[in-house]
Amino acid sequence: MDERPGHAPWVRVSHWIGAASLLVLAVTGYLILMVHPRLYWGEVGNDLTPALIELPISRNHQHGGWEPAKPFFARAGGPVSASRTFDIFNQNGWGRSLHFLAAWCLVVPGAFYLLRGLSGGHFRARVWPRATELAPRVVWGHVLDHLRLRIPPATGGPRYNVLQKLAYTAVIFLAAPLMVLTGLAMSPAVGAAAPWLPRLFGGFQSARTVHFFAFVVLVLFVLVHVVMVIASGFRRQMRAMTVGE
Amino acid sequence: MKTGLITRRRAILAGLTAIGGVAVARLPGDLPPSYGNLLRMGDTLTYAAHRALLPAQALVREYSVRDLTSFPATGTTNPAVSVHSPLGEEYRRLQAGAFADWRLSVEGRVARPRSFSLADLKALPARTQITRHTCEEGWTAIGQWTGVPLSRVLDAVGILPTARFVVLHSVDDWVDSLDLNDALHPQTILAYGMNGGDLPIAHGAPVRLRLERQIGYKSMKYVRRLVVADEFDDGGASGSIQNGWAWYNGI
Repeated sequence: MDERPGHAPWVRVSHWIGAASLLVLAVTGYLILMVHPRLYWGEVGNDLTPALIELPISRNHQHGGWEPAKPFFARAGGPVSASRTFDIFNQNGWGRSLHFLAAWCLVVPGAFYLLRGLSGGHFRARVWPRATELAPRVVWGHVLDHLRLRIPPATGGPRYNVLQKLAYTAVIFLAAPLMVLTGLAMSPAVGAAAPWLPRLFGGFQSARTVHFFAFVVLVLFVLVHVVMVIASGFRRQMRAMTVGE
Repeated sequence: MKTGLITRRRAILAGLTAIGGVAVARLPGDLPPSYGNLLRMGDTLTYAAHRALLPAQALVREYSVRDLTSFPATGTTNPAVSVHSPLGEEYRRLQAGAFADWRLSVEGRVARPRSFSLADLKALPARTQITRHTCEEGWTAIGQWTGVPLSRVLDAVGILPTARFVVLHSVDDWVDSLDLNDALHPQTILAYGMNGGDLPIAHGAPVRLRLERQIGYKSMKYVRRLVVADEFDDGGASGSIQNGWAWYNGI
């Protein structure tokens, strides 16, 4: 089943749609993060509550500081309100709209890719590691080879070695779906329709934090992926993934 | 094997077609204009998909009093200071009189246009809800809101059968609009109370909108006028679309 050499046309098209969407999502996601580079756990987090992590990222707007906080209730330590004065209002409306446009471009063709890959046996034949390949000795051998930069020359697509299979499986079946689910969990409209979704991640802010770390994992994957493409033979690999061999 | 595959594909196709048919029937009839802007087209795609695929009147999660959190006030936090127009001037006067002279005008495509005082709104059936405010910036806060469901106010004036949108005008000169799905949602309220007290100035006194299924900036503060409309009104230079912001923000 599907053992022809090289990448099938639908794989090549999916690859580049996914790559372009991911690039746009990464840039606009970073832009959105710049407005409020604080991460939290649970349902709630804001400038008046402690952060889990404060990312060392420059904010892309400037405000004029906070007026003194006023408590809502008489009891000490209760919730407060504080007014933010602003000098430069953030202008990230375009970034969010572009983020969601790119998300559509990733999710709709991505769903076709998953259906096609599952129904045609593509994932089973080429992407999912076989049990024999998962023997620790085999995996470790590949890891050592890669660390010593003994990279096998480009084959123009499958067959993949076990590390490639593990990386692609993790991205396609774990990181990408996690990105989509945590993204949806942050939507107030989707949260109303499916309250279990934000709960699954422990709340809106937890989903946002997981969304961020899944982004970090995906960026690291892309970096390693590109380095490996270059190391194994850039021209051959690019030809195989664009016009085909 | 081969027949099995075809049958499965047919079943999937038939299922998708059925879902597609139902979804198409639920598409909103009136879409906001995109003015040829690709980003606005993307917003419209999200809007249409939410209206077609999500339950029409699902309620957002409500919390308990123990869950209330600190709540930043952002954007305009006092029109009396920051709005340099006759509206800011008027707001200063109304604020000095504890909003006793404040009026909410409800007009447009309604059978009985009228204006409501704060007391008029408080005389209508009230709703209290503890919900999560989700700011477009990425922060969240939980607050308790008391007010009158917008649907009650619209009932009182009698919207005409051709009406499709409710356009809101604020003291800080912002214009926004809701489709009837959002306007008639049970948790869409004109709030005059927050966390058990009067709505503070910084959070939109005397009356703000709470629109719980969209991002925070759709919950307009300092509401002063409602216009029921048959057609989409982008609010011109005071509206979100011409300022580069998405009109629909269920996200």
